[in-house]
Amino acid sequence: MALLRISSPHTHRALGTGAVMRTVVLATLPGLAVLTYFFGVGSLHNVLLASITAMGFEAAVMKLRGRPVWFYLRDCSALVTGVLLGLALPPYCPWWLVVLGSGVAIVLAKQLYGGMGFNPFNPAMVAYVVLLISFPLHMSQWAAPLDIGGQTPGVVQALQQIWLGTSIDGYTAATPLDTVKQNSGLMLNDLYLQDPVLSAGQFVGAGWEWANLAFLVGGAYLLYRRIFTWHAPVAMLASLSIMAFLFYDGGSSTSGGSVLFHLFSGATMLGAFFIVTDPVSSAVSTRGRLIYGAAIGVLIYVIRIWGNYPDGIAFAVLLMNFAAPFIDYYTLPRTYGHKKSERATRKVDQ
Amino acid sequence: MELIKVWDIPGGVHPPENKTQSLLEPLGPLAIAPQLILPVSQHIGAPAKPIVEVGDQVLGGQVIAEADGVFSANVHAPTSGRIAAIVEHTVPHPSGMTDLCIILDTDGKDDWTPLSPWEDYAERNKDDLLARIRESGIAGLGGAGFPAAVKLNPRANHPIDTLIINGTECEPYITADDVLMRERAQEVIAGTQILAQLLNQPERVVIGVEDNKPEAIAALRKAAEGSAIQVVSFPTKYPSGGEKQLIQILTGREVPAGQIPAAIGVVCQNVGTTAAIYRAVRFGEPLVKRITTVVGEALQTQRNIEVLFGTPVNFVLEQHGYQHKKASRLVMGGPMMGFSLPDLSVPVVKTTNCLLAPSKKELPPPEPAMACIRCGMCAEACPVELLPQQLFWYAQAEDLEKLETHNLFDCIECGACSYVCPSHIPLVQYYRAAKGEIRQHRIDKEKSDRSRRRFEFRQDRIAKEEAEKEAKRLARKKAAEEAKKKLAEQKANTPAEPKPAAVSTQDTDKQRAKLERLLASAHERLKKAEQPLAEEATDEQAEKQAASIKQAQLKVSDAQKKLDAFIASQGENNRQASSTEANDPVAAAIERAKAKQTMSPEEKLRNSVESLQKRLQKAEQKVIEAKDNKPDMVEALQQGVDKLKDKLSAAQNELAELTPAAAAPATPANATPDVAQAAIERAKAKLAMSPEEKLRSSLESLYKRLEKAEQKAAGAKQEDSDKAEALQQGVERLKEKIASTQKELAEATLSTVAEETPQDPATSDAASLAIEKAKAKAAAMATMSASDKLRNQVDSLQARLEKAQARLEKAEQENDDNIDAFRTGVSKLEEKLATARDQLAELT
Repeated sequence: MALLRISSPHTHRALGTGAVMRTVVLATLPGLAVLTYFFGVGSLHNVLLASITAMGFEAAVMKLRGRPVWFYLRDCSALVTGVLLGLALPPYCPWWLVVLGSGVAIVLAKQLYGGMGFNPFNPAMVAYVVLLISFPLHMSQWAAPLDIGGQTPGVVQALQQIWLGTSIDGYTAATPLDTVKQNSGLMLNDLYLQDPVLSAGQFVGAGWEWANLAFLVGGAYLLYRRIFTWHAPVAMLASLSIMAFLFYDGGSSTSGGSVLFHLFSGATMLGAFFIVTDPVSSAVSTRGRLIYGAAIGVLIYVIRIWGNYPDGIAFAVLLMNFAAPFIDYYTLPRTYGHKKSERATRKVDQ
Repeated sequence: MELIKVWDIPGGVHPPENKTQSLLEPLGPLAIAPQLILPVSQHIGAPAKPIVEVGDQVLGGQVIAEADGVFSANVHAPTSGRIAAIVEHTVPHPSGMTDLCIILDTDGKDDWTPLSPWEDYAERNKDDLLARIRESGIAGLGGAGFPAAVKLNPRANHPIDTLIINGTECEPYITADDVLMRERAQEVIAGTQILAQLLNQPERVVIGVEDNKPEAIAALRKAAEGSAIQVVSFPTKYPSGGEKQLIQILTGREVPAGQIPAAIGVVCQNVGTTAAIYRAVRFGEPLVKRITTVVGEALQTQRNIEVLFGTPVNFVLEQHGYQHKKASRLVMGGPMMGFSLPDLSVPVVKTTNCLLAPSKKELPPPEPAMACIRCGMCAEACPVELLPQQLFWYAQAEDLEKLETHNLFDCIECGACSYVCPSHIPLVQYYRAAKGEIRQHRIDKEKSDRSRRRFEFRQDRIAKEEAEKEAKRLARKKAAEEAKKKLAEQKANTPAEPKPAAVSTQDTDKQRAKLERLLASAHERLKKAEQPLAEEATDEQAEKQAASIKQAQLKVSDAQKKLDAFIASQGENNRQASSTEANDPVAAAIERAKAKQTMSPEEKLRNSVESLQKRLQKAEQKVIEAKDNKPDMVEALQQGVDKLKDKLSAAQNELAELTPAAAAPATPANATPDVAQAAIERAKAKLAMSPEEKLRSSLESLYKRLEKAEQKAAGAKQEDSDKAEALQQGVERLKEKIASTQKELAEATLSTVAEETPQDPATSDAASLAIEKAKAKAAAMATMSASDKLRNQVDSLQARLEKAQARLEKAEQENDDNIDAFRTGVSKLEEKLATARDQLAELT
């Protein structure tokens, strides 16, 4: 009587890759909701368009590669890439910017490297950086939050702006990071009183503080679900806080901003819980992820304060993606029965 | 209750326990199967050796296969019956391989050999206890099947301070140990005490049980009351029951990589093994049965049974309402580390703790693997803190070096990583394959290293020998150069130049040969022309023929004239040359050349004999080569050789006739005839020698082959290989061949010695004398003993050697072209002499 021969283990935990990805998408929803509330339908439109086109690109490439399309779409990794890219792009940016972005993310940054699991760089961040460098004007226009504009652009207006290019009048405003970066001569406290976005906020800046809080909530949910470990995001937030604390200098005109300011402005929380935690392109061991996260935190501050761009998440993450394999070599965990952790670069007698 | 500290292990997983379904029914016995299949290898180590014959009647408890060494275990008949067969049969192994099994047809009577219970086991000494445990064939029942007696007899440099009894049973579904601890707690405790006694009462004796078995813990604690045994419970987590993991949980210590627990003072035994040791020591019961969990939704009854080893799995399953259609697979062991069985005929063995027949819903077939997203869940689950995702990456890339730097060999294959992998990658399978590959790689590497070392050693040796040879050669060359310099100094005082003369000698030789050839071909043509005329001939043809004959005759006479004229002129030249410097060796050579020319017919013959000999040698070589390579050519070549031999003998005869005639008119002062004679003799000797030499070399090669063959045969005998007999026959055959070759050689040597008798240069009729001498010698030899023969041989060889050396010296002085040939001749003679002397020494 022939029997099915299967190697051990015979039992398996229910959680699959598709489920992991869907959980991540679920965890972005609070952030997306807050963004939509404060900045209008722009972000929602971005997310939808980027998700659909990302899955479309994924399907097309799978078809070209002769792989089963549905089997690979089911893992939802393209969906996650699309959602994250959509969240990162400024609301009301032209449609082709979004499509180009998701194309770069899926085709260039992911599939050309071999597809899921083989991309050395975070696809969404590659796309973001490509767009930021190629179309700086479009990429630096962020909508004004609800608290200062009184109202967000309507759906028809928004669609016209996105698809037809008829621009909405005065819907943009400088982000808190921009404001602090451009500040010359004002004490921080004065700046907070003068600037509309900063003054309208509760503790950092109108809209931004709540969006970051929402992403923090989503991240906490993922931590609770043990989708990833705390090491990389906590290390990143910690090192960013330390940098901000070191260079706060009591709020002078050259101050980089407070710790709270850096934690809850820009894409800090989105980056910490949804970008830095991307397992494929990050370091793998616990120690490695601490180093990886901490280095990203430092880089973010450096780019924000002394670099050319107001926010530096994408650059910082990509830079550390480069370094991840290197970190891996030197941060092998100590294996049971070994006195110390070894380096992966040591020679062995075979 | 004192609080006992336990440590946590990193990683681990919590798969659904599924332990209740098999505990609903009590532990039950199983009927004796009509046929038991008993593998001789149910443990780690050497397979046991069957000591029964097919057809033997055996009783229960009787040893049917004996342990082969220390790392082995006896196999006992679990019940009475008849040995039906001793054959290869599928055994429980992940590969589905077959192994030697003793098939026992049971008779249902269950008659047993008398057992010898030890009431006083506590007073017995250590050696007796160990012997009893070994005798009872007890191997670890936890899963690995390590012979228990080996573990309980640690090396003296491994003092044991902790004895751990493993009642963890962390695998889902399995409850065999749980039931044992509940129902036979006393036996476990008593066994533990025996083990403690064996290990000189270690400081700590701990029984470790996961906290999901409260009843077992309670039963053990009750049984252990009043003893020093601690029953420790700790949180349930897979794989706490791994030996290394349990040691870490209970002691906080880690077994160093590549070492055994005894190295850190710990011995660990499974509860089942412990109870079996108690029964063996107390009642003398050998290990013939165990408690096994039979579980899974493809069965109607799920429970624990006490089952005899060798019981076929299908017999067990039949008793539990197995529905084959429902089953997704059949697993021996638990769902995490068990292996799926190839078919149902395999038997239950010492390490079978569970038979799992899950339904398709219960354990569905594995989902297709997706790409690794390096999520790190596997690293979190790994109990030995590896990076499974990196190992997987390198295993796919077959980067063996990186696999080793990532400590692949510390993987315990618990399957926790595969269990949590969201991409459903069969990680453990990759690791097993990679381990196998690395092991193979290591074996190959060692092999190639060994041969490389051998090769390098050989190269070194050869280089050294070459260097020595080169040094010698240089020294000789220097000596020769110095001699030459001296000669040149001498010559500087004399007006004549020997060298050009020598060159001219060579030139004239050539020219003469050319002319001779011309003459010979003219003669040939004449002969041809004459031939058809003798037979049928028309007038016309006859005329033509006559014309051509005339032409040919003319040519012949022309050639003859030319030759004569040339010889005459040469004679003039030489006479002129010879008038100068008579003392010089070069001049002597010229003298010789002159002499040669005056003796042209004899010289010619000698030349032709020499060339014939050379051709013959070549032809013979070709024959030998052909024998090896082209068997169909041999005959043709052999014919050629025969023809050559005929020609040669004819030439030699002619020469022999000529020589006395030539010698007679020669002046007594002229040594040439003798020189010629000596050369002929030498040539003859060589000719005669060649078969002998051949024989000798073949004999040598035969000796070598014999030596090798004998070695091989001895090796095969030691290994008890079935090739031994064939090899022995080969040796016998070789010996015969050697004997026959030796005989041939002896005959050949006889004739050689006869012909090689040193020549008396003064004798004019050397050839006849030689024959005379040879005859005498042959007659003498026939009556001589072997040692005398050898002595003679040695003497003659010595004489030859002396001669050869003298020749060599002369050649060196003259800086002769043949110096190398002389040298090799001398060294060959030296070798021969040495071997002959050796042989003589052996004989006397």
